[in-house]
Amino acid sequence: MNVLYQLAGLRMRLGQAEVLHGITLEIFAGQMVTVVGPNGAGKSTLLSVLSGFRGGYQGRCLFLGEEVNRWNKRALARRLAFVPQILRVEFPFTAEQVVFMGRTPHCHGLFESPADRQAVEHAMAITDTLEFSGRDFRALSGGEQQRVILAGALAQQSSVLLLDEPTTFLDLKHQIKTYSLLRDLCHQGMTVVAVTHDLNLAAAYADRIVVLSKGEVAADATPEQVLRPLLLLEVFGVRAQIGHGPAGKPSVLYGPSEITC
Amino acid sequence: MLSRRRFWVWVASCGLLSLAVLALAPLIGSSRMQISHVWAGLSPDREIFFYARLPRVLLAGLAGGALALAGVIFQALLRDSLATPFTLGVSSGSALGAVIAICFGWQTVAGLPALAVTAFAGAALTMLLVLWIAFEGRRLSSFTLLLAGVTINSICMAGILFLHYLARFGQSFAIVRWLMGGIDAVEYTTLGVTAAGLLAAFFVTMAKSQEWNLLAVGEEWAAGRGVNLSRTMLTGYLLGSFLTGVVTSMTGPIGFVGLIVPHALRLAVGADHRLLIPCSFFAGAGFLAICDTIARTVLAPTEVPVGVITSLLGGPFFIWLLRTRRRSLWL
Repeated sequence: MNVLYQLAGLRMRLGQAEVLHGITLEIFAGQMVTVVGPNGAGKSTLLSVLSGFRGGYQGRCLFLGEEVNRWNKRALARRLAFVPQILRVEFPFTAEQVVFMGRTPHCHGLFESPADRQAVEHAMAITDTLEFSGRDFRALSGGEQQRVILAGALAQQSSVLLLDEPTTFLDLKHQIKTYSLLRDLCHQGMTVVAVTHDLNLAAAYADRIVVLSKGEVAADATPEQVLRPLLLLEVFGVRAQIGHGPAGKPSVLYGPSEITC
Repeated sequence: MLSRRRFWVWVASCGLLSLAVLALAPLIGSSRMQISHVWAGLSPDREIFFYARLPRVLLAGLAGGALALAGVIFQALLRDSLATPFTLGVSSGSALGAVIAICFGWQTVAGLPALAVTAFAGAALTMLLVLWIAFEGRRLSSFTLLLAGVTINSICMAGILFLHYLARFGQSFAIVRWLMGGIDAVEYTTLGVTAAGLLAAFFVTMAKSQEWNLLAVGEEWAAGRGVNLSRTMLTGYLLGSFLTGVVTSMTGPIGFVGLIVPHALRLAVGADHRLLIPCSFFAGAGFLAICDTIARTVLAPTEVPVGVITSLLGGPFFIWLLRTRRRSLWL
């Protein structure tokens, strides 16, 4: 398998605090990786380093063999797309305009090409967002906005998707649709790295779960190997049972009053 | 998305409309004039048209276009729909320069009118100062830019108040008049140089439309689509400051144009900067030319400060626009 990312001893400070204390892992092309962990574990920071947004890290973070912070931004954006959880838009952009922004690294000149149009339309079709393409982005519900953001990243036609909690605001159907879409894209050669809090979705769809805890990798393996009561207790402080979900995947069960300190 | 047809229809109509305003405005004024006399070369109509009114109308057009453009840039850069060309202190720096020249009674500096020179120097110095404060390492973030700009703005304002307090009566009047903003006829060479500079800034701004779109949505969003954040932020800040500084040093701070024209155009054409930038530029030009024509005619032979007209005329117009158009938006 082709190595996409090679991280070795990756450290990152935000202000005074060191948020990542030496992350070492490799991500291979075509994998679907989910990153889970409690609040403040460093998940989003890791994602922002992988996306090249935060370049002030120490240690190694190679993307296709070169330090990610030394990549030309435009060239990088043609290869990987970052999907933020939310956008706080101040101005009356339509949903379609937001999706079209994903074409920026491919655009030359003022006007979009037929290829740009086609990419935007396709991305909106597979995320169920075509119906509100002309509407003001700010007038959409949280879940609709989140799908538009995903469409924007898909229109970028990169080979890597980095997603920050892509299903936070989505209804059940669209949570499943989004993860199914991501898995299908993986089968077509896309690499997906998604931060999530939903262990069951991670279990059902991911090839691999990376558990972050206090800025370090606590576990990194298949869902079956990672999702064990002891690890969940240690990392999340929650007593949980592991059951059998659909398609033979593990499913995490938890209820009230099962929190430890 | 933006079709060529939609782009050119809007740009051509805004452009032609503002050209029509610029062509008609010099014909209106306190003294009656016959257009046939102007073309026949008969003074004093020709004098009035070519040396009193036309350069003034053209300057109003350039200033209005530049202020609207600076407003668009700063609003995108700071992701703040209340940002104006004056938010980041450049105009206050320019005003402080002008007030110093008035208080010290300077008439000319190096053969040029002292007010314009010190005002421009004040704008340039403020711009560099804000930039120096706002740089964090090698990054320029909109948040620190805003804080630095607003702080420098109020320091300059305090300096102006202090000098104003110490000034003699005659100087005090000159200061207040300058701070109200006003447009005067200038020589054609000055006009030509100004136009060249402002139009160059316009084309650079236009070429970066898609970057302003992304930046207006978010820094991380923009960075994720391949925008070089530091460079784009710096370019935007320099462009906006340059436009504001050039205009303010020639006309004083004329308010409202840079705030309201971009918003009115967003209601009409949407937020896409590819369309917003040229339309705002032309609409700003036409709007300020109209306001200045009213300013010099409504109480003729006395003049009303043009800043008064921009707000008195523009305010109600914008409220009307907001009331009628907001149903089609989500507001």
